Amino acid sequence: MTSNSNGAVPTHGLGPFLQDARLRWVVAIAILAFLVVAPMIFGSYITVILTNALLYVVLCLGLNIVVGYAGLLDLGYAAFFAVGAYTIGVLTIQFGFNFWVAFPFAVLAAVLAGVIIGGPTLRLRSDYLAIVTLGFGEIVRFSARNLEITGRASGISGIQDPSLFGWQIRTQTDYYYVFVVLAIIAVIASFRLANSRLGRAWLYVRHDEDAAEAMGINRVQVKLAAYVIGAIFGAVGGAFFAANLGAISPESFSFEQSVLVLMAVILGGMGKIPGVILGAFIIILGPELLRDLGEFRLLVFAVGLLLIMLFRPSGIWPGRRGA
Amino acid sequence: MTAFDVVMQQIVNGLVLGSFYALVALGYTMIFGVIKLLNFAHGDLYMVGGFVGFLVLSAISGITGGGWTGVAISMFLSMIAVGCLGVVIERVAYHPMLRAPRLSILITALAVSLVLQNTVLSITHGQYTAFGADFGFGGVNLGNVFITYNQMILVGIAAFLMIGLEVFVSRTQYGRAMRAVAIDKDMCQLMGINVSGVIAVTFLIGSALAAAAGTLAGAYYGSVWYFMGFLIGLKAFTAAVIGGIGSIPGAMLGGLILGFLEAFGTQLPGIGSEWKDVFSFAVLILVLVFKPTGLLGKSEQERM
Repeated sequence: MTSNSNGAVPTHGLGPFLQDARLRWVVAIAILAFLVVAPMIFGSYITVILTNALLYVVLCLGLNIVVGYAGLLDLGYAAFFAVGAYTIGVLTIQFGFNFWVAFPFAVLAAVLAGVIIGGPTLRLRSDYLAIVTLGFGEIVRFSARNLEITGRASGISGIQDPSLFGWQIRTQTDYYYVFVVLAIIAVIASFRLANSRLGRAWLYVRHDEDAAEAMGINRVQVKLAAYVIGAIFGAVGGAFFAANLGAISPESFSFEQSVLVLMAVILGGMGKIPGVILGAFIIILGPELLRDLGEFRLLVFAVGLLLIMLFRPSGIWPGRRGA
Repeated sequence: MTAFDVVMQQIVNGLVLGSFYALVALGYTMIFGVIKLLNFAHGDLYMVGGFVGFLVLSAISGITGGGWTGVAISMFLSMIAVGCLGVVIERVAYHPMLRAPRLSILITALAVSLVLQNTVLSITHGQYTAFGADFGFGGVNLGNVFITYNQMILVGIAAFLMIGLEVFVSRTQYGRAMRAVAIDKDMCQLMGINVSGVIAVTFLIGSALAAAAGTLAGAYYGSVWYFMGFLIGLKAFTAAVIGGIGSIPGAMLGGLILGFLEAFGTQLPGIGSEWKDVFSFAVLILVLVFKPTGLLGKSEQERM
């Protein structure tokens, strides 16, 4: 194998102490049980924070497919998050759609955005791609700020709470459970993808593009698949984010947002699902635990990111060495 | 104003804007040339340059005043300070990563950018800082077009720096070494060229040029803030790509082209100033898609 330091196989992300399959199930069920009872134990404040952390789990797992699995640096991931949120906002408020009718359009819009931006640029060198995605993120935000239909700088407010089979999703606890379900779906989808034919193709392309191509893998197609699937995760997160807050504005989708999601993915460990989940929780809970940080919050994370890259490029989760 | 005046006015605006872009784009392209790294922190070195220039000017304006003498001295000191900062960044952050996968070094560059940005954010609390240059508003009239002396001096300084760089790269020993390293680093090492030294000099010069642009921009626009490097970093990269990344004359040309495109773009119906930045990014994406080697770049088969 090459000296690829971020090359841990995604499916083997669990730490050495979790190699035992039975133990793994016990841990998974314990976490699940904790998530179910958490709002009953903690107050509404912590429930809000946990909801936010779960949203980040969805976003980070989505970006992880792009960065961790396919090895493409995406610096404008917030754009897909924005596309999902704004599609819901525009369709429900300006056109009076029901949330669930608008939802497929949100996903479709993200797929289209992913194909439009990824299609022509995925052939390029990876650092060009990084900067194109950065530019794309800014284009989306500027457009949201300048267009009449997206409410310009003040954004869109008054987005209705959706109901599901007669269950009106309304309170903070309701949304918390919605995000628990979304996060679980995202985790399962990530595991399934990593183990799929496509997941192995990503691994190959990430390690050696030319060799992968020589083995009959369509490089651009495989990358595009990662890009579009990542976009779908982002749009789903964005759609429920819009419903949860009821109001969205361009500043929720800034470059900082893209960077925070990316930091979470890298801090935890690119390509490793438990690591990425851990990263999402660190990024959201960290500032809450250290309230006094204030403006230093991002600086602390940025220094952390730099140190991780220099000294532990595979992230903080104790992943398997080598590969 | 007649159409002719509008065109003339936009040429002046484009020239000023293009000078900033070109100075920053040069650093991008030089660093890319020698170590094939897209230095995301480059725009932030421009920002730090603006702040160092501001600090120096505040310290010396009692003696020199806020006019061009003071600004020129601030610019010079800022270039030295930020040049050294660039070398330190290269040593600490990029040097250990040179053999690492490209994704790792890109993320490292992003991390450096964020550290610089947020350090300044923490110090300034995210406020705009008034620069305190005091130029007066003199100028000359060309028909209905008014060109200030500031604009002329600014473009003059930028041109002077670029000519200096061109002479350095094409005539001196170090310049030759730099061109050689850009072609084949390993072979240079075998031929006894101090490759690490050449890389350090490249970072020194590239960062110094960004700092010069930062100080000039602070003086010209009247303020500096922690996020000012972000947009210009993106646009200077666009300029470098338009000209052909890795090519020094390309960066100058690309900077001017982007400056003109933006100046004239704001005049087009439906674009205006609020869509100006979207316009630049659209240009970037189009160039990358249709002519990724740029105008003066060499075509290369490169794998990720």
